[in-house]
Amino acid sequence: MKQLPANFIIGAVLVAFVVGVAALSLIWTPHDPTDLNIRAKFGAPSHVNWLGTDQLGRDLVSQLMAAARNSMTVALVAVLLGGSIGVALGLLASAIGGWVEDIVMRLADLGFAFPALLFAIMLAAVFGPSLTNAVLAIAFINIPIFARVARASGNQIWTREYVLAARAAGMNKFTITLDHILPNIAAAVIVQATIEFAVAILAEAALSYLGLGAQPPASSWGRMLSEAQTLMYLAPELAIYPGLCIVTAVLGFGLLGDGLRDMTDPRLARAR
Amino acid sequence: MSYFLLRRTIGFLATLVAVSVVVFAVMNVLPGDPALTILGLDATDDALAALRDDLGLNDPLLARYFGWVAGALVGDFGTSHSFRVPVAELIAERLPMTLSLAVAGMILTLIIALTVGIYAASHHGKPGDWITMFLSQLGIAIPAFWLSILLVLLFAVNLRWLPPGGFAGWSDPVAAMRSLVLPTVALALVQSAVLARVTRSSALEVMRQDFTRTARASGFSQRRILWRHVLPNALVPIVTIVGMQFAALVTGTIVIENVFYLPGLGRLIFQSIANRDLPTVQALVMLFAVIVVTANFVVDLLYVLIDPRLKART
Repeated sequence: MKQLPANFIIGAVLVAFVVGVAALSLIWTPHDPTDLNIRAKFGAPSHVNWLGTDQLGRDLVSQLMAAARNSMTVALVAVLLGGSIGVALGLLASAIGGWVEDIVMRLADLGFAFPALLFAIMLAAVFGPSLTNAVLAIAFINIPIFARVARASGNQIWTREYVLAARAAGMNKFTITLDHILPNIAAAVIVQATIEFAVAILAEAALSYLGLGAQPPASSWGRMLSEAQTLMYLAPELAIYPGLCIVTAVLGFGLLGDGLRDMTDPRLARAR
Repeated sequence: MSYFLLRRTIGFLATLVAVSVVVFAVMNVLPGDPALTILGLDATDDALAALRDDLGLNDPLLARYFGWVAGALVGDFGTSHSFRVPVAELIAERLPMTLSLAVAGMILTLIIALTVGIYAASHHGKPGDWITMFLSQLGIAIPAFWLSILLVLLFAVNLRWLPPGGFAGWSDPVAAMRSLVLPTVALALVQSAVLARVTRSSALEVMRQDFTRTARASGFSQRRILWRHVLPNALVPIVTIVGMQFAALVTGTIVIENVFYLPGLGRLIFQSIANRDLPTVQALVMLFAVIVVTANFVVDLLYVLIDPRLKART
């Protein structure tokens, strides 16, 4: 078997770790992450609290684990939601072509004018800040990205001979899209989804840091950092761990996505 | 050329119109009563009615949209509820901060990214290449706000060289510059991570081509070849990414201003959300989106300046 790319292996290990911890937090954390114990505030690392406690005496490890779960959930929902709408639009554009394709692609261009943060800001201003709005904002920016990927790869498949054969045999465009186009663009979509997963984790952290995402008492790496920032002179270590978690998760999914792309599309592996 | 310009300009204007429709729609058409959002649940009916009248909420939607756009075109974005001054005044007051941060950030980004990218390309396959590429991979994964916190921890809390945040105004230029150092560095380091990678791979591509070999065979110095022959030819992909990154840079200033408590537009937007000041939020979101769209338009035009061959194709 061919040797796996290094970025794929490192990425897979990091992702397995982060996803494993997030899954574990569903059934077990060392302590209840929201359990206050004001007497034990700013506790040093010990055999009870492995990384110590925060300003309210909450166990840091448990909070980081719960935050991992929340972060993964947000990224998963946002990428699935935005990705499926985007892929559907891209497939539609690719199957019908003509003015439908033009309109979908112009709409996708329009989507690129709004960074996730701007969209989240609008939603927060109208409905108030919440995790749901953060998810919607991140999902929204994923729509144009996936629409482009699905259309570009879809257009390639539509010119293949087996597709022409299927059309000659009288299959309609909808059936061809489901039977031939979708399975053949799946690899490109999965690669993109892995990379967008990393972007979504980063976006959730930033939105929660700014107060537009997870609201107390939900644990979030971004929110932990914004709380830690006000305590930097008292407990600088509180500002370290959540950031390390974000970097681990983002780096993991980013490398995994790069590695998958190198494996599925060797032309792109070139001089990187 | 004029045909190309015309087509791009029409596309640019159409995008601006579409962006204004989206911003207006999200802020006004979605369910919810703006007057209730602004005043809160315990507002009296009279106060709500007065505010609705004041905001023009009783007018038809289309009339409100055209009123807003017509106003915005001449610099009238309505009145801020929380600050009780015209929104345009608020923007004018805070724009210099955001602009200086964005421009300084972009310049520093270009300096770091081009130097690191060209360095990595010219040391292709050697440890210098691996180390810089590892750092840039890390830079892509680091959130700008965490990097800012780390910089503050090191340079403000521990070493006490620079202030941890805040901005006292330009009356003391040295103090003002000092408070902008960390925000600019935080903004630029994260941005340059992506750009350095693009610079490297684009430069590597050019270095494989015949004219680079010819230049080398002609006995030009390595430095001259890199900066005079390789870089200019590697610019097209770099400019594409710079244009795309401008959106990230604009978003970046919003985040960074909030990390360092800088009185710019990004800070204003969050104060306005907290104050439920919808007209101000609407104006600022529109302004930021216009900046992003304009940046993309300028990049389109720059292509042709950098690479006249593209003209024929468009």
